[in-house]
Amino acid sequence: MNILTLQPYLLALADDQMILSHRNSEWIGHAPILEEDIALANMAQDELGHATLFYNLYCALTGDDPDALVFLREADAFRHVQMVEYPCGDWAFTMLRQYLFDAAEMTLLARLTESAYTPLAETAVKMRNEELYHYRHTSAWLKRLGLGTEESHRRTQTALDTLWPLAQQLFVPLPGEEELVQAGVIPSSAQWKAAWLDVVRPFLTTCSLTIPADDTPPATNRAAHSEHLAPLLADLQKVARLEPNAEW
Amino acid sequence: MIDSAPEKKLQEFEERIARGEKIEPGDWMPDEYRRQLIRMISQHAHSEVVGMLPEGAWIPHAPNLRRKMVLMAKVQDEAGHGQYLYHAAETLGISREEMLDALLAGRAKYSSIFNYPTLAWADVAWIGWLVDGAAIKNQTMLAQCSYGPYSRAMVRICAEETFHYKQGKEMIVKYMTTGSDAQKAMVQDGLNRWWWPMLMMFGPHDSDSPNSPVLMRWGIKTRSNDDLRQEFINEEIPEVLALGLTIPDPDLLFDETSKTWQIGPINWDEFWQVVRGNGPMNAERLAARQKAHDDGRWVREAVAAYAEKVASSKYASGK
Repeated sequence: MNILTLQPYLLALADDQMILSHRNSEWIGHAPILEEDIALANMAQDELGHATLFYNLYCALTGDDPDALVFLREADAFRHVQMVEYPCGDWAFTMLRQYLFDAAEMTLLARLTESAYTPLAETAVKMRNEELYHYRHTSAWLKRLGLGTEESHRRTQTALDTLWPLAQQLFVPLPGEEELVQAGVIPSSAQWKAAWLDVVRPFLTTCSLTIPADDTPPATNRAAHSEHLAPLLADLQKVARLEPNAEW
Repeated sequence: MIDSAPEKKLQEFEERIARGEKIEPGDWMPDEYRRQLIRMISQHAHSEVVGMLPEGAWIPHAPNLRRKMVLMAKVQDEAGHGQYLYHAAETLGISREEMLDALLAGRAKYSSIFNYPTLAWADVAWIGWLVDGAAIKNQTMLAQCSYGPYSRAMVRICAEETFHYKQGKEMIVKYMTTGSDAQKAMVQDGLNRWWWPMLMMFGPHDSDSPNSPVLMRWGIKTRSNDDLRQEFINEEIPEVLALGLTIPDPDLLFDETSKTWQIGPINWDEFWQVVRGNGPMNAERLAARQKAHDDGRWVREAVAAYAEKVASSKYASGK
């Protein structure tokens, strides 16, 4: 197997973390309680750290510069799922998006720690503990939101109706998947999805939430984005693009 | 006997302060000491929380991975400082809810510096260097203050603020020494706007500072506003000038006799206008806090309802 086959996979992992970190960071200063300003800032930093680790693995293969990739790349070259580019919405949307993502990351990292590609396995080990904390935090919140008041339940169910199909895009196979799976570098997306469903389905049910019937992902590849990406990148790249050749 | 008891207590209290002892939450203290501390600590906590807004606004625009990480960590620290300080104030018998209500109703103040807008990325760097630098001067003094919980909170906060100061200064030094013309211009423009408001952060002249005498008497403040401002000016002006920046003060001069920097007159009318709520960003800052508070109401209600359900189910099942 040619290790360059791993490029699209690493970029997808990095972009997912990067864009989610950016969205979560928008809460800092605006959360419902001060303790959550701290928690969101913490998760956003962890995700930015994870994104950086994945960009470093990607750039080791391509020779690119991580900062240029994030701050000067055009929208159509980003490879994150649409779920992470959606605006923060309300607290229910933010926490549910984070929960679905954390469960996906947790189940993926557990498998990537055994990757035949040592740099990827080592990176997964580094990230795994932080991800467990995120998962605990978001699952504690979902219990409160799902079982708290009528309003919190309604808002969380509405968020789930939007997010459930969006989340399925995480498991759309990327180019080269078969070869990477055979070489023991990554788990198959089908296997990953099954592990994710085993975690999230029973948990969401205990939160009194109904899993929507519609599980059609919004796109069959990661080049397709929603209308939310352009304004997001205008924010993200605003200062860097003032002086693209300067050091910041 | 009854009449002399409070006087005796006051005398003992003042003797403790004179010996350098810390006053702790359960100890006897004059009502005015408690009132002044609640006013100061809650104002300080609100400053941390409102202070998240002008810098937080630039987290989405931070220009590279490292700067974004640092700025998130910095604003997170401010939230943490707000949290310690609310806890310190709670030891005096006020709740966080009461303090937040006072903030949102406009009864409690916060540092006026946060009523100025952050218009460019370099403003974040100046806030780190000069605004946090000025805050460190004040907080280093408060770390010596007579009230134990406030003093201990300040020790932790100062340690973190030192990192904030360094990251801001590092940015300015970098842009001024290896940056592009546009970066240098952005830095100078930031200095032009932040210089005077930053000097006002130390508070009015000692002669116009109504709370200072009682604060000094009871060891809450141990140094005067003018004294701290002068020390700060003496330390920072040479460093700013060494980078080729121009300080926006035509009267600035170095006095060879006293070996101190002398600044021109501060516009105290502007200071009092901002304190009274008429600064450029007062309404926006409070509106942002109010919105977060209102948008979070259903979330806090859900948390309370869930806690109640868990408690009643434990009770019902005898656990």
